[in-house]
Amino acid sequence: MQIISLWALPAIILLILTMGLFKKVPLYETFTEGAKDGFKVAVNIIPYLVAIIVAISMFRASGIIESIGTILKPILTPFNIPADTIPIMLVRSLSGSAALGVFSDIANNLGPDDYATKLSAIMVGSSETTFYVLAVYFGAVGISKLRYALIVGLLADFIGIVSAVLVCNLMF
Amino acid sequence: MSLGTGNIQEQKKLKKLLCYNQAMNYIFYFLIVISIIAGAVNGKLSDVVNAILTGAELSVKIAFSLIGIMAFWLGMMKIAKKCGLISIIAKIIKPITRKLFNEIPEDSPAIGDIAMSISANAFGLTNAATPIGIKAMEELQKQNKDKTTASNAMCMFLAMNTAGFQLIPATVIAVLVGIGYKNPTEIIAPTLVVTTIAFISAIALAKLFQKFWRDK
Repeated sequence: MQIISLWALPAIILLILTMGLFKKVPLYETFTEGAKDGFKVAVNIIPYLVAIIVAISMFRASGIIESIGTILKPILTPFNIPADTIPIMLVRSLSGSAALGVFSDIANNLGPDDYATKLSAIMVGSSETTFYVLAVYFGAVGISKLRYALIVGLLADFIGIVSAVLVCNLMF
Repeated sequence: MSLGTGNIQEQKKLKKLLCYNQAMNYIFYFLIVISIIAGAVNGKLSDVVNAILTGAELSVKIAFSLIGIMAFWLGMMKIAKKCGLISIIAKIIKPITRKLFNEIPEDSPAIGDIAMSISANAFGLTNAATPIGIKAMEELQKQNKDKTTASNAMCMFLAMNTAGFQLIPATVIAVLVGIGYKNPTEIIAPTLVVTTIAFISAIALAKLFQKFWRDK
């Protein structure tokens, strides 16, 4: 698996360039022509990113995630969900760096043998930051009406959390 | 719902009155209002205010860090498109994409871009996946009738993306190795099961919503 990860990018690049050469595509000109759009796309995303990331940064700084965690604790303990993992469930869809931060914190404080470390590892490893993905991809093409994209993303995140709890219960 | 036969301006007004597609507006509003209230209650109001600056800075940092890698992959993808590689990939996965993206033409370059982006994500190559994914969105946007509203194909593509299907959770394993976890690879199998469940549910949900969603 590590070999595949290491070689995936070089292999794609080799394939693209070699096939381009064989088909007599002017490689250099075509590359620079396509690369021109890089700046434009990145700048287009900025307003959407600022809206989402500022709102989420404020949300995290307000301490409300901890408050919700305290409320949820008695509900989740009977399902064999350690209280330490609650912040991860709450921030997972909002901020990837925050989820990873909470996970590192749990791992370092509770150690490798703790159930919470394993559950949070699975929850963080199996998810993508829904809000960030939507802001970047929709932002790049200027779409502001998301229709059902957000609901689907959040429902799938929820299903991911539930199955993480079930799978972790079964395997550890 | 029929918007009548009035002129375009009237239709726009009516759409506004009907709170047309307002989910994001409410989320934006409530995230900020709740943050300010909760910050005040918890005595963290100054942190909340500081978060505005750090959040805004972070957004620009993310966007600017994308420029170079974005340019690189957009250049590569242009070659891949011109030499016909993208259309070959699109042909291979046609049986799947025809079902998932039934509204876009089979020979659209978007199909190949989508396939490349999802596979790059699966291998954990986020640096390549994002630029290619954005290119796929641009192709989908060309076929989109209303340029400010998400099409069904876009929602399907983003459902696949937000589910974050990944074969190896590399970052998580790195953290586990760091704390002296004896057998960090034992986390791969359960994570793969969970991410697969989430991925399939996301696709199924997107299909379901596509069928039953009504734009007011």
